[in-house]
Order: sequence, then structure tokens, then C-alpha cells
Amino acid sequence: MNQDITAFAPRPLIELSAVSVQYGGGTVALDRTDLQIDQGEFIALVGPSGCGKSTILKLVAGLLGATHGGVIVGGREVGAVGTQKRKIGLAFQNPTMLPWLSIRDNVMMPLKIVEPYRQYYRSKKKGEFRERAEALLEQVGLRGFGDKRPWQLSGGMLQRASLCRALIHEPDILLLDEPFGALDQFTREELWDTMQALWMAKRPTVLLVTHDLRESAYLASRICVMSSRPGRIIQDTPVDFARPRSLESSYAPEFGALVHQLRMRIAEARAESDTKERSNAAATIAVLEGETP
Amino acid sequence: MNPSLSRYRRNLLSFFALVGFFLIWELACRALHVSDLVLPKPSQIVVVLVEKMPILWPHTLQTLMTTLAGFFLGVIAGLLLGMLIGSSKLAYDIAYPLLVGFSSIPKVAVVPIFVVWFGSGTVPAILTSMVISIFPVVVNVATGLASTEPELEDVLRVLGARKRDILWNVGLPRTLPYLFASLKIAITLAFVGTVLSETVASNKGIGNVMMIASGNFDVALVFAGLFILAVLGVALYAISSLLESRMTGWTQRKTHADM
Repeated sequence: MNQDITAFAPRPLIELSAVSVQYGGGTVALDRTDLQIDQGEFIALVGPSGCGKSTILKLVAGLLGATHGGVIVGGREVGAVGTQKRKIGLAFQNPTMLPWLSIRDNVMMPLKIVEPYRQYYRSKKKGEFRERAEALLEQVGLRGFGDKRPWQLSGGMLQRASLCRALIHEPDILLLDEPFGALDQFTREELWDTMQALWMAKRPTVLLVTHDLRESAYLASRICVMSSRPGRIIQDTPVDFARPRSLESSYAPEFGALVHQLRMRIAEARAESDTKERSNAAATIAVLEGETP
Repeated sequence: MNPSLSRYRRNLLSFFALVGFFLIWELACRALHVSDLVLPKPSQIVVVLVEKMPILWPHTLQTLMTTLAGFFLGVIAGLLLGMLIGSSKLAYDIAYPLLVGFSSIPKVAVVPIFVVWFGSGTVPAILTSMVISIFPVVVNVATGLASTEPELEDVLRVLGARKRDILWNVGLPRTLPYLFASLKIAITLAFVGTVLSETVASNKGIGNVMMIASGNFDVALVFAGLFILAVLGVALYAISSLLESRMTGWTQRKTHADM
């Protein structure tokens, strides 16, 4: 009940407050990170590799617990409840389709698992689910491929199917970890348009981790730049280009300027971390030599 | 080139090779005047097979049933144990060295123990064949489960999948090719276990028949027993092989697509 009352206040859907994550080996992946994401935003997380971008996704997904700080999704502490209350879709660079199932069955897989669908999966509703899967496949340009097996499809097609699988249970939150990273440039650009169309149709909240700055500028409504490990958000830029964005618009000067600015910011972050590392090393040596750092 | 034709030709060639083998055996025995006590002619073995069939048949059934019983028990035990070990990284790391240790014990050595516990006869034979066929199943199932992609597991866990859901929808189907590959090995081994135990400590079964026949210098009968074992072994292998290609066709098609 209390949850409903707090829901009246306009609170962000996802709230990370002063979150730190330290892995078992002592590596600090995230350092007091704050991030607020509103319902329906398309966030791109960019930054040097190993800066904790994927860690943020895992925190929001509840696959990982924060060492310090709080992760609140939809007004609820993540990880406090054993089972997932929010509907979340997840897609990775590796499409991980199950080779023994048809593409359609792969796409329908979440319905076998997520409540409340799973109780209907074996009953009459299966036909309805099948139609839903077909409709999604058609939306991403895979009409007529439902009966094919994963090995009969190209990498780009598999990634489209993987997006369908992430969306079939109509999640509020879509988490994408470099989903287009393994594709060639042309296929990747095609998939940007597919992704944009999917987002504009249903307006889920999307959190996209990417190394491709053009991709972030093309898709996102907000870009968060992260520093090197331990990661923090060092820049938070809204992207106001008109939608639908097209390849043509991605060659406009303001688009280029944004990508350029992002590129420079990340170069800076990398340089900073190099000096930091060097001073850390110096401190370690000082400790070893018996001096107080 | 027509692949079905070439396959037909291959089968035909294997058949001729088999016939040729027996033909050379027969001719060599006749030409070199080999004593029947050393190596009987195939024609003699066939005669013995036909004449003694009424006596041999119950023993054949005994051996077959013992093998199948041991095999099924072994597969079920192996499957459960494999699922247990493969379900977590920790269990896998702890149990794997133990498993290797146990599997390297020569299985003949356990027959006397089973005889002490259960007396001679069918029970130790079933147990021997079970024990011997457990290991390939455990190892393969555990490996198959342990090799599930972590990303896929994340995708499902986010959906609220329980460990059981992941096992049922991903782990076990992924393990099927490993399981069926191990069944082919396990059935052959189960057979070895049965005959072994029958030879050492039983009054029934082909192994026992061969033991007695060799004591009586009835070498033709020993070879007849061997022949029956060969036919049974090939048949069981063929059945599990057929089952494998039926159940896990997707792995084979996959390799074709990759080529």
C-alpha cells in the first residue's frame, strides 16, 4: 500500500544512490555512483572498457548486489525481494539462442518462465503467444523466419531475434549490453533503426551499454559518460535530436560535434586514470618502503 | 555426388569386408589344418550355434537382461549424480577429482566385494554392469551442464527463473548430446561388466557358459558364446546410436551449417 502512495510523487524509475561495487578480488568496479533514470528514457552508458558499465546493468537487473549504497527500481530496493517484481528484458552481444528450438520458440522462451505467463504457457493461450512472437519478429524484419533454426540465420538476424526475446514479455525496462558489438558496420546501422522503431513503439526504459559513440548518439535520449575504473559518471548529456533519427541525420554537423565531444571526454578519462594508476603505484611503493603515504 | 548412394556403397563394402574376414578365417583353418582345439572354423561355430541354441538362448536372455538392468540403473544414477555435480561450480570442482579416482579403479576388482555382499548370481552381475556404466554418464552430464553460457543464465534469471527452470529449459536439453554420446559408451561397458561378473561368479549367462565350455575344452562352444556376445554388443550399440541421432539431430545439422 505504501508503495502506491509514494508512487504519486514523481520519482525516477531507476535510482542509483552512492552505489559502490567491489568484487571479491578487491577490484572496485563502481565508486559512489549516482544515476537517476525516468520512465521511458533511453540511456546510453559509454566509457572506457572495464569502467563498470556492465556492472550498472547487473545492479539494475538484480543479478549483482551493491557493496554500498542503494539501487531502487520502481520504488523498491533491488535484491530485497527474492523474485523479480519488475519485468526486465536483457540482451547481450552474444545472442545465445538455444540451438534445439526454432526461432519462434526461442523468442517465446521468457513466457515459459515469467509470471503470469508461465501458468498459461501450456494452455490455450499458447496460440496467442505464438501470434505475439510472430508480430514481434515481423517488426524486426524477421517475418517468415519463425520456423527456422538459429544456425540458419546470420549474426544480425540472430541479434534481431535476441531483441524479440528480450521484449516478448513486454518489459518496462530493457537492458542491452553491447547488443550490436559483434556485427559489421552496415548490419549494425540497420539494427539501430530497428531498435529505434521498437523503442518508439512501446517506449520501454532502455539502458544501453555500448562502445560505439555514434550508436549512443543515434539511439539515446541521454548519454552518460563514465570514468575509468573505479567507474563514476563524469558527464550526463541529453540528446535532443529529432526522431526518428536516420543515417542521414547522423552525418549532420551537430551529431558529429556531439560524438567528437564524447570522444574527447573519454580520452580525458583514460588519461586521468593513467596518472591515477601511476600515483597509486607510487603510493604502494612508498608503503613498501616503510613510509606513510 | 549423391550422398545416399555413397553411403549405400560404404555399407556394402563393410558387409563384404565382414564376409571376407570369415571367409579368410575358414580358408586359413582348412589350408593350414589348424586344430579345432585351437581355433575352430566359422562353419563349425555356426553348426554349434544352431545345435545348442535351445540351451544357449536362456543364457543369452539372461546376459541381455542383466546388461539392460545394469545399464538403466547406471544411467539413472549417473544422470542424477551428474545433475548434482554439474549444477554448481563448487560441486563440480570438488567432485571431479573424486570421480576420476573412482573411475580409474579396475571394475573387476569390485566383483568379489559384490559377491561377499550379495552372493554369486544375477545381483553382482547387475551391480557390476551398473557401476561400470555410471562414470561416462556422470562425467558427460556434469560437463554438459557446467558448460551452459553464463549470459543465457543471466537472461533467464532476470526473468525470475528458478534454478529448476534453467535446468529444465536450458541445462538438460544442452546436455542431451553429451548424454547420448555417453550412452553409447555406457551400454558397451555395461556389457563388459555383465560378462565379467558372469565369468567370475555366476551360474547363468553367456559368460558362465563360456567359462564352463573352456573348462571342457569345447572351444567351438566358447567361440559360439563369443559370437552371441558380438551380435548383442553391436545391436545394443546400434540402438543407442540410432536414438542419439534421433534425439540430438540439431547438433549434427549445426556442424553441417558451419562447414
